[in-house]
Amino acid sequence: MTDRMIVSATINGEPLEFLADQRDSLLEALRERIGLTGTKEGCNDGNCGACSVLMDGRLVNSCLVMAAEVEGADVTTVEGLATEDGLIPLQQAFLEEAALQCGICTPGFLVAAKALLDANPNPTEYEARYWLAGNLCRCTGYDKIIRAVLKAAEA
Amino acid sequence: MVATEKPDSYQVVGTRPIRHDGTDKVTGRAGYGADYQAAGMLFGRVLRSPHAHARIKSIDTSKAEALEGVRGVITNADFPQPDDSQVEIGEGATTSARWMLDNVLAGEKVLYTGHAVAAVAAIDPHVAEDALDLIEVEYEVLEPVMDVREAMDENAPVLHEFLRTEQIASAFGGGEMVGAKPTNVAKFLEFKAGDADAGFEEADVVVEREFTTTMAHQGYIEPHNGSAFYNKDGHVTIWSSTQGAFGVRDMTAGLLQVPVSQVTCEPVEIGGGFGGKIGIYLEPLAALLSKQTGKPVKFTMTRQAVLEATGPTSGTYMRVKVGAKNDGTLTAAHVYLVFEAGAYPGSPMGAGAMCALAPYQVPNAHVEGYDVVLNKPKVAAYRAPGAPASEYAVESVMDEVAQQLELDPMDFRLKNAAVEGSRRPDGAVYGVIGNEEVMEVVKSSEHYRSELQGENRGRGVAMGFWFNVGMESSAYASVNADGTVSLSLGSADIGGTRASIAMQLAETLGIAAEDVKPQVVDTDSVGYTMVTGGSRTTFAGGWAAYESAMDIRRQLEERAAAIWDVDREQVSYGDGGVTGPADDDGNERSMTFKELAGQLAGSGGMIQGRADVNSMEAGPAFAGHIVDVEVDPETGKVDILRYTAVQDAGTAIHPSYVEGQIQGGVAQGVGMALTEEYFYDDDGRMLNSSLLDYRMPTALDLPMIETHIVEVPNPGHPYGVRGVGEVPIVPPAPAIANAIADAIGLRMRDLPMSPRAMLEELLPDED
Repeated sequence: MTDRMIVSATINGEPLEFLADQRDSLLEALRERIGLTGTKEGCNDGNCGACSVLMDGRLVNSCLVMAAEVEGADVTTVEGLATEDGLIPLQQAFLEEAALQCGICTPGFLVAAKALLDANPNPTEYEARYWLAGNLCRCTGYDKIIRAVLKAAEA
Repeated sequence: MVATEKPDSYQVVGTRPIRHDGTDKVTGRAGYGADYQAAGMLFGRVLRSPHAHARIKSIDTSKAEALEGVRGVITNADFPQPDDSQVEIGEGATTSARWMLDNVLAGEKVLYTGHAVAAVAAIDPHVAEDALDLIEVEYEVLEPVMDVREAMDENAPVLHEFLRTEQIASAFGGGEMVGAKPTNVAKFLEFKAGDADAGFEEADVVVEREFTTTMAHQGYIEPHNGSAFYNKDGHVTIWSSTQGAFGVRDMTAGLLQVPVSQVTCEPVEIGGGFGGKIGIYLEPLAALLSKQTGKPVKFTMTRQAVLEATGPTSGTYMRVKVGAKNDGTLTAAHVYLVFEAGAYPGSPMGAGAMCALAPYQVPNAHVEGYDVVLNKPKVAAYRAPGAPASEYAVESVMDEVAQQLELDPMDFRLKNAAVEGSRRPDGAVYGVIGNEEVMEVVKSSEHYRSELQGENRGRGVAMGFWFNVGMESSAYASVNADGTVSLSLGSADIGGTRASIAMQLAETLGIAAEDVKPQVVDTDSVGYTMVTGGSRTTFAGGWAAYESAMDIRRQLEERAAAIWDVDREQVSYGDGGVTGPADDDGNERSMTFKELAGQLAGSGGMIQGRADVNSMEAGPAFAGHIVDVEVDPETGKVDILRYTAVQDAGTAIHPSYVEGQIQGGVAQGVGMALTEEYFYDDDGRMLNSSLLDYRMPTALDLPMIETHIVEVPNPGHPYGVRGVGEVPIVPPAPAIANAIADAIGLRMRDLPMSPRAMLEELLPDED
C-alpha cells in the first residue's frame, strides 16, 4: 500500500490539512485529494503551464512541486483569485476581450498573468509575451490573451 | 433554402456580448472531463506498446491483478468481439468496428509505439501505475514501416493481411475493391476535369514540384479523458471531454454491444479538440472496467500517450504540376497525393484532393490520391483535415508560376479565381462564395500595399479553402416567466458557441443575448446533434436556435390572440413582441416578449420551442493570408514579423470569436509551418513526445494577428452564417514558404521549415 502523510498549508487564504500520498505532486493533491479542480493538467512535466499556481507568491508549475513541499506554504490557485467584491480586473478583462476559447489554459494564464502584474504592473507587449511564454494556449493564437493582460494592467 | 435578412437590421448579431459560460471559465468552476469526481471512484491507467509493429503472443495480467488496491485489468479479449461491420465516426467518415476496438485495445498485433495493450483500474492513481509494470506481454517484434512511399512498395511489410485497395471517386462515399493482394494502400482516389495533357501543351509555363509534410498533432492542452459508471441495471453513464457526445455514446455502445439507449453521455467542458476529440480511446475502457468492478472509473491520458497514440494529421508526400499561359491564365494542373493513414485506413486524403485546387478555375485537372497505412498512430481529423497539406503544395507552386510570369501574386490569383458557378475539378459547382472578395481585400489591404524593408525579410501570400459542413443539430428553448429563455443544446462548446447560438435565438425573438440561458445538456435531454467539428456548430446550432425561436413566435402569436380574443391571423410577432388589431378605443394592441412571458402561466401555461435541422450543405469558406518574415541565416530561424488574415465569415455572429478562430487557426498553421513535427527512430519509436520537444508556438513566437472579416452572407442560412473555424489553418504554411522565398530566394518544399531544415539548405555541403 502507499505511504500517506498529512500536509498543512494555506490554500487560497484558508488553513487546510490534507492527506497526500508521498508520490503526489501538488497538482495531484489539489485536484484529486482536495477537490480543487480549477488547476489543470496539460502535460505533467512543466511544459504547458496549465497547472500554474502561486506558492508563497512565486509562480510555479504545480506538477513539478511535490505535495509534501507545500507544508507551511501559502498557495493560491485560480479559485482564489476572485474576491468578495467579484472578479479581479484580469478575470474581467479575459471576459471582455474574449481571451479564452476552450478555457482549459485559462486558469494557468490567469495565475501566471497575476504573478506578472504583481511583479511588473505595467508590462510592455514584449514583456507580457516573454513572461507568458511558459503557458501554452492552442485556441487563441495569444492575441486576445495579451490584449486582456495589457488591459488589466491599465485598470 | 431560406432568405438572408438584411444585415444592418440586426440588433444582436454582430455584437460582442460576454459569453454566458465565461465566469465559470475564469474562476475554475467549469467542469472538464478530468474534473469528474465520485465517491469510491477508481483510477484507470493504460499499458502501451514499446514496439511499432509486433504480434502479441501472450499477455499475463495475474501479477497486476494480485497487487493490493488493483480492482480490475482488461485486454482486448474482454470486449465482445465485433464483426467487420462499418460504423459511423462523424463528419461522414466510417471505420470498421474491428479496427475501432483494436485501436482502443490492441488485438492480435500492436501497430504503433504507444498502442494500448491493457488497462488497469485501482483505488489510487499511483497503484494503477505500479500495476502496469506487473503486466507481462510477450511480443514477436516485426519490421515496422515508417515511410509512406516505402509502405506502398509491394515488398513492404504488410500491417493488415486482409487489407485490399479500394478505389473511390469522392472523399464522401464508398468504392470498389480493386486490389487482389495484401497491401498497405487502403484507398485510391482519382478524378479528372477536361484533358490535363492537352492543358499542359497549351501552357507557356509549367512548374512541377515535390513536397513532403510530417505528422502534426492537434495539440489541445487538455489530454484525453474518459470516465464511466456502469450501473447494476446495465445503464452506462459517461463523462468525457469530447467534440461529440452523441458520437461517443454511439461508438461506446457499439463496442460494448449494448443499445444506444443504455448509454448516456454527460455534458462536460472540453479543453480543445480541433478534430482530435471525435473518436474514442478511453471511454470503452472506463465502461468495461466499471462493469467489472461496480465502481465509477476515471481515465486520464498522459501527454506522451496523447502525442504517441492519438490524433495527428497525416504526414504526406505530394507532387503538384501547374501550367499557365503568359497572361496568367491557368491551363492545367496535376495533383498527386500520398497520405499517411497511420495504423488503420482513413486519412483525409480525399478532402485534401478535393480542396487542393478549390480557390481556382482550372479548366483541365487530374487529381489522384492514396491512403496508406504504416506503423504510426491512426490519424484523426485536424482542422480542415487534409487541406493544409494539399493547399500548401498547390499554393507554393502557384506562387512560383506567378513569379516566373512576373505577375503580382494576387493579380495572378484574381485572374483565375473561382466564382459563383465555377466547377471544382471534383465536380462540385459553387453557389455564392466570397473567394474573389477575400482576394480583393488582401490585395487592397494596407499590409499588402505597404513596403517591407530590411535584409533577409520577405512577404508571402496564400489562399485557403474549406468546405464546411451542415448536418444535424437540435435545440430546445423554454420560455421563462421573467422574459428569459432557457436554451438546451447538444453541441460541446469549444470556443464560445453557447454565445453564438444563443445570440441567434435572441436576434430572432428580439431580446437581449443576456436574456438567453444556453446550456449544453446530456444525450438524453436534447435531440441528436452531430459533433462540434466541420466548422458547423454556429451554422447548424444557430439554425436550430432560429427555428426554435420561430416556433416560440408562432405560439406567442396564438397566445396573444387568445388573450386579446382576436383572430390568430391579426397578430404578428416582430421587434421583440406581438402586435394585434386596435381595440374598441382605437389603441393598438401590443405586448413585449417579456410582458407576454409574464402572462403565459395564467393564460394556458408556459411554452417551449423546439427544432431539428439537417442541412446537407453549408457555405464554403475562403481565406487569404499575408505574412512578413525575417530569416536568420546564421540559425535558420524564421521570425514572423507581421501577419494579416482575411476571411469570408458569411455573417460574423460574434466577431470576437470569429477573430479568435482565425487567430487560433493561424497560430496552429504557423506551428505546422515552422516547428511541429514527429521524429521517429529506425525502430519506430517517437523521439519527441513531450510539449518541450513537440514544439508548438508560444506567445513569444507570434505577433498580434490582424484580422479582416469579409461578409458575403450565405444564402443557405437564416443569418447568412458560414463556418469559420477550420479554413484559417490552411494558408499559413504556404504563405510563410512564399515569404521565405521572397526573403532569401529559397523555396522550402518540406514541412516544417524548422531551423534544422533551413540550415540544411543554407549551409554549404561539408563534403
